[in-house]
Amino acid sequence: MTTRIDARFAELKKQGRSAFVTFLMAGDPDPATSLAIVEALPKAGADIIEIGMPFTDPMADGPAIQAAGLRALKAGMTLAKTLAMVRAFRQGDNATPLVLMGYYNPIYIYGVDRFLVDAKSAGVDGLIIVDLPPEEDAELCLPAMKAGINFIRLATPTTDDKRLPAVLANTSGFVYYVSITGITGSASANTAAVGEAVARIKRHTRLPVCVGFGIRTAEAAREIAENSDGAVVGTALVDALAASLDAADHATVNTVGAVADLVASLAQGVRGAKQAAE
Amino acid sequence: MNPNLPNSFRSGPDDRGHFGVFGGRFVAETLMPLILELEKAYTAAKADPAFQAEMNGYLTHYVGRPSPLYFAERLTEHLGGAKIYFKREELNHTGSHKVNNVLGQIMVARRMGKKRIIAETGAGQHGVATATLCARFGLECIVYMGAVDVARQAPNVFRMEMLGARVVPVQSGTRTLKDAMNEALRDWVTNVHDTFYCIGTVAGPHPYPMMVRDFQSIIGVETRSQMQEAEGRLPDSLVACIGGGSNAIGLFHPFLDDPGVEIFGVEAAGHGLTQLHAASIAGGRAGVLHGNRTYLLMDDDGQIQDAHSISAGLDYPGIGPEHSWLYETKRVTYLSATDDEALAAFELLSRQEGIIPALETAHAIAKVMELAPKRPKDHLMVVNLSGRGDKDIPQVAEILRGKK
Ligand SMILES: Cc1ncc(COP(=O)(O)O)c(C=O)c1O
Repeated sequence: MTTRIDARFAELKKQGRSAFVTFLMAGDPDPATSLAIVEALPKAGADIIEIGMPFTDPMADGPAIQAAGLRALKAGMTLAKTLAMVRAFRQGDNATPLVLMGYYNPIYIYGVDRFLVDAKSAGVDGLIIVDLPPEEDAELCLPAMKAGINFIRLATPTTDDKRLPAVLANTSGFVYYVSITGITGSASANTAAVGEAVARIKRHTRLPVCVGFGIRTAEAAREIAENSDGAVVGTALVDALAASLDAADHATVNTVGAVADLVASLAQGVRGAKQAAE
Repeated sequence: MNPNLPNSFRSGPDDRGHFGVFGGRFVAETLMPLILELEKAYTAAKADPAFQAEMNGYLTHYVGRPSPLYFAERLTEHLGGAKIYFKREELNHTGSHKVNNVLGQIMVARRMGKKRIIAETGAGQHGVATATLCARFGLECIVYMGAVDVARQAPNVFRMEMLGARVVPVQSGTRTLKDAMNEALRDWVTNVHDTFYCIGTVAGPHPYPMMVRDFQSIIGVETRSQMQEAEGRLPDSLVACIGGGSNAIGLFHPFLDDPGVEIFGVEAAGHGLTQLHAASIAGGRAGVLHGNRTYLLMDDDGQIQDAHSISAGLDYPGIGPEHSWLYETKRVTYLSATDDEALAAFELLSRQEGIIPALETAHAIAKVMELAPKRPKDHLMVVNLSGRGDKDIPQVAEILRGKK
């Protein structure tokens, strides 16, 4: 089955460029502004949209994304509302792939089967669940594949050649290479090391490999895009959003524009990348 | 609900770390290779007589084991029922049961060649034990502690620093044990190449709940033979407080297959079960946090709720996965004690026995005060005296002053 993710990568391949993947937290700083931001992303240059599902205890995230999740929860965001937001986005855009990213507990409590039905019908294309390694595939990964939703796995610098096949086995859509050992928003990766790691992963899979963690500037995005099939930017966008808020963490007239402007400039970086030799 | 009862309550977990549906390995990919490596290293250590002999040497000469099994004569008379024994874990070096586990994990860390040790702590007892063994073996030690707990367990913060550890106050979330654990996990993900995470209770991803339980089971193993010596038979009941559940499982595990032994775990009911509390079994449901599936306090959206307990060591919205399984199989009965009940027990034990217990331990004593009077005089009840209360004296003094 071809998903929106497969279609998008096929299209980008024709255009001869890598993907620009954005991450923002659903409901940050409030549900309405968050939807307006997500709706602005494709036009600003996002090829694939990752939407964070807020969770109280995001163990793999740094302070910026932790704070984004707490702002969203404080504004009343729930998993059901995140799915509603996806549904609303799909009214106006049936092509841009949407990937939900987060932690397992809210999905487990929502109910895995019910979640997959609702996510599929809302227009979700993929899932990235940080705390579900291949050892726990029976929980959500296998049911998601059956439901026609891509389960996108994280590969990390600690995922060695021996372990890669297990990590890649049930992965679909793309592989998300976490370029550093660390939490979101920390150190940035060194481009040469990323290139090597991507090449190593590609020896094991034909899936596109996108790279994230630590990309903050158009220049860095360009470099990563030259060495992979896509650059993922999260914390820098969340920081731009946070900087646009008022003292009470409420959205201002600048909020949507601040994020869209940064997305546009990062997208320029990705589009300026030289096509990596196949 | 009566899930298929196992032949033995002592055979878990399975090779994927499951106790029934509980447990597992719900961690980020970055940590997974190390967790598998740890499982291998621990399995090898466990089977190595040299490892066991070295550990036993330190347990005897450094920790001071075996800890006594003491007949609490005045408390028994005062309550007028069951014959009450204390397993005196508060007499261990560093003042609680936590050291049993830390010694084991530090020895595994040494086998793995890890030089940097991180830990989370609530009451500070696990942090103190970790700082102590890191000092003893010359290892770098970083302890994550919620900022609220740094304030209410000040004596232990000073002890850790005295021992050469760096204490990092955690400002995120509710600034208590749960957030300290999040922050320790973030450190671990970042420094996975040289760092060993010494978890302080029977929580976290497999193999931690099993490994910590194994190291703490010496409590129950000693109790069995000490009771045999004192009374010529097994005890009739066991009582222990539960934060994550390590002192409890340590006492309980060797008795799980003795059906004549009634077993009680005591959670923290805080202000009461209808208000803020930390009783995950009484007030929670099954979910996934910190690497395992277990009972957790959460809302209908799966967001983890704030726990509350007067005792920093019990102020955690979860419980070890093996306890969730022992609850669902009904082998162990889980009760809860409020802040006020624990304070009353804290005072009673100090006056009756000349033992100032940790506030955590006082929760177990509080339920002994209810259970013992209803049992006959030949009923043998063992309470795990998990820790001493020195660390709590400033906090309790302030509360009691406020009450007057
Ligand atoms: C003295 C004492 N007892 C009990 C506990 C609770 O932990 P656990 O349930 O793992 O024994 C603590 C934790 O800090 C403690 O210090």
